[in-house]
Amino acid sequence: MDSLEPTQPLNNSFWNDTGKTGITSWIFSTDHKRIGLLYFYVTFGFFLTGVLLGLLLRIELMAPGRTIMGPQTYNALFTVHGVVMIFLFIIPGIPGAFGNLVMPIQVGARDVAFPRLNLLSWWLYIIGALIVLTSLFSGGGAPDTGWTFYVPFSSRTGTNVSLAVFGVFIVGFSSILTGVNFVTTIHRLRAEGMSWGRLPLFTWSLYATAWVQILATPILAITLVLIMAERLLGTGLFDPSRGGDPVMYQHLFWIYSHPAVYIMILPAMGIISDIIPVFSRKPIFGYKMIAFSSIAIAAAGSLVWGHHMFTSGMSDTAVMVFSFLTFIVAIPSAIKVFNWISTLYKGSISLEAPMLFALSFILLFSIGGLSGLILGAAATDVHVHDTHFVVGHFHYVMFGGTGFAIFAAMHYWLPKFYGRRYAEKPAVVAWALMFTGFNVLYFTMQVLGMKGMPRRYYDYLPEFANLNLVATIGSWILAAGLVIMVVNLFRGLWWGVPFEGNPWGGASLEWTVPTPPPTENFIEEPVVTHGPYDFSNTERS
Amino acid sequence: MNTQQLLSTTAAIDPLFMYIFGACLLLLLGITLVMLFFVFRYHRSRAPQPTSQVEGNLWLEIIWIVLPSLLVLAMFWYGWKEYLVLRSVPQGALPVTATARMWSWEFTYANGKSSPKLYVPIGKPVRVELVSKDVIHGFFLPAFRVKRDVVPGMANYVWFVATQSGSYDLFCSQYCGTQHSAMVTTVEAVSEEQFAVWLNQTKTGNAGAGVDGRKLATEKGCLGCHSLDGSSAVGPTFKGLFASQVKVMKEGKPLVVTADEAYLRESIRLPGATIVDGFPPIMPGNPDLPEEEVLALVEFIKGLK
Repeated sequence: MDSLEPTQPLNNSFWNDTGKTGITSWIFSTDHKRIGLLYFYVTFGFFLTGVLLGLLLRIELMAPGRTIMGPQTYNALFTVHGVVMIFLFIIPGIPGAFGNLVMPIQVGARDVAFPRLNLLSWWLYIIGALIVLTSLFSGGGAPDTGWTFYVPFSSRTGTNVSLAVFGVFIVGFSSILTGVNFVTTIHRLRAEGMSWGRLPLFTWSLYATAWVQILATPILAITLVLIMAERLLGTGLFDPSRGGDPVMYQHLFWIYSHPAVYIMILPAMGIISDIIPVFSRKPIFGYKMIAFSSIAIAAAGSLVWGHHMFTSGMSDTAVMVFSFLTFIVAIPSAIKVFNWISTLYKGSISLEAPMLFALSFILLFSIGGLSGLILGAAATDVHVHDTHFVVGHFHYVMFGGTGFAIFAAMHYWLPKFYGRRYAEKPAVVAWALMFTGFNVLYFTMQVLGMKGMPRRYYDYLPEFANLNLVATIGSWILAAGLVIMVVNLFRGLWWGVPFEGNPWGGASLEWTVPTPPPTENFIEEPVVTHGPYDFSNTERS
Repeated sequence: MNTQQLLSTTAAIDPLFMYIFGACLLLLLGITLVMLFFVFRYHRSRAPQPTSQVEGNLWLEIIWIVLPSLLVLAMFWYGWKEYLVLRSVPQGALPVTATARMWSWEFTYANGKSSPKLYVPIGKPVRVELVSKDVIHGFFLPAFRVKRDVVPGMANYVWFVATQSGSYDLFCSQYCGTQHSAMVTTVEAVSEEQFAVWLNQTKTGNAGAGVDGRKLATEKGCLGCHSLDGSSAVGPTFKGLFASQVKVMKEGKPLVVTADEAYLRESIRLPGATIVDGFPPIMPGNPDLPEEEVLALVEFIKGLK
């Protein structure tokens, strides 16, 4: 499959140095960089699919009443949008793609600890994804339950829920195995001199994430098995008429799915922590606090799932405890924001594409995080729960946060692995359009939610019409920026100007290896003598 | 209880919104302005080399751990305190039962009167018991800042008080299937006198006029799933249904039955007994529906040729 590779692969790199270039040399490769790129192509493909579905949803909501589709189609589309974006793009996105590409080099290893297990993870992901896709076009049609699969609706609907849930179940194992692999790699394969205090913060964030993947994902697996048992065997665990409890399902679901939010955002924070110092030419401010706060978020974030359920009917005491813990988890996130901004102080800042995406991450993540305070306080949550406020909130965190961090990572790291540059100007134009469109779209959603528009509404009352139109226009601005970004990046990576060396002047190990890196990364075993943000001996080349 | 002193749920929650939004706005402005200033002041064109290599500052870290902690703990406490207001129903509240089903609401009062809209007297707190006949729904009144899930098998409630007359939106907030967004009705807040008159009207409006089947089919939510124009929706259409031959599953066996009066009556009361081919078995049963209303619905369906 020639299209996987740039027009003329650069010599003696992982693209060609083993002499294998066919498609089987990719899909059965155990090289972490090839697996990372495979993850990148597939996850990014799913991202674009999800965007397309999101745009269709926005067109439907552009005006009250039927615009382009009926209610059943709309309900299936928002379900598929959620499932694809969460399970097939954003959870595997950073660990699978950029974690695989960069982390082993950052710790000074030749590959991950278990290269074949890594390949198995990718295959499990692909198999799970194919099963999810099959569920859309077979049986009773695409699931219409929302990505949360709440019972009893999900155990009654005639759509193809069982198969979709089984696909997600398989994808979960891929996530667990990646977590095991990364934890082992970071513990066991660090190069000489690579102490824990010299690990780049991206690697630190992957380490915290990996533990959440290992500990929380099995609970998702159990929950999904229970849905299948409910549907196929009629166990009645969640059916009140047979002594079951539908709210118990919500607990089980969120015990995984809230920590999953941190699987999505923690590595994104790691990307930002790596990019800001490089473009300020200054050490990260508060290295230990940022590393520690990742662990604190992973730990405390595992105990806050009940804040999705303040109106569910669980006890008021539970509401109090979960509200309290939710505010506790806000603190380590705030610490990171303050440290990133302090890193800029007395630096020498260059505003290139990766930095623009990283700085806008800080703003968008802050808006998302601050609107989360409204959701964390028990009394205000009651009003905005299950409204467009929540939809706006999590898109600020997940898309404005993780999504923009992935865009930053694409502009920052991908040229290193392709050995070619993209054009800077279109990248900046794309960023500006996306940042503008993003805020028009999602800030408007938050206003709609404050005014009381519930989420997952196919149709709405006339009083919500103007703001919905504004949001839809925002989605088009965002999409225009996205198209420019994708075209510019891929044009650059395939046909751009080749380069060698260290384009941003980064000080972590991935910038010391040849461009693109050879198959086993290091020509000779590295010995680490300084921290990842000590720029005194690096120059841009 | 003196209604003048009664704090409405809206009046309890809105100051909390102001406090959190105010604090968020200040923080966001601070973060944004400092960031923009640093980016401008230390841009490479003005600062070709970094002028500091500082790696951290313990006092700054302590300050920005402690201050936000105090701020958010205050938010937590305030949020919890006002949440308790939402959970503490004032004494003497008017009891109403809200029954949710896919995809309509029905409100039943202590005297047995039921209505598709929630009529409430101004100035009197209302306690709404939430009952679901099928899946989880959500009872959401944006104007009163109250929301509670309607969970099958669980005794949930909300309370609110209307301080001004008017019509307020009532939404289903928990996704419940195809017509989720159509599961919308209103709270009608009227004066206490008007409310008393309305409450004591007989069920059928003007006494002796009989039950209007069409009106009943609308109010009970039948038309959410069963069309009148022959189009197929979530359930079979009512048009031309009477006396037609229907393919069904009964006790696990495929059958063809004639849709006579007995069939219609059974399908209204115990819809799970006989399922029409091609439709999901999701209609809630109505074993307690008064006989006269079942008759009115059957007559209504018979008339749709």
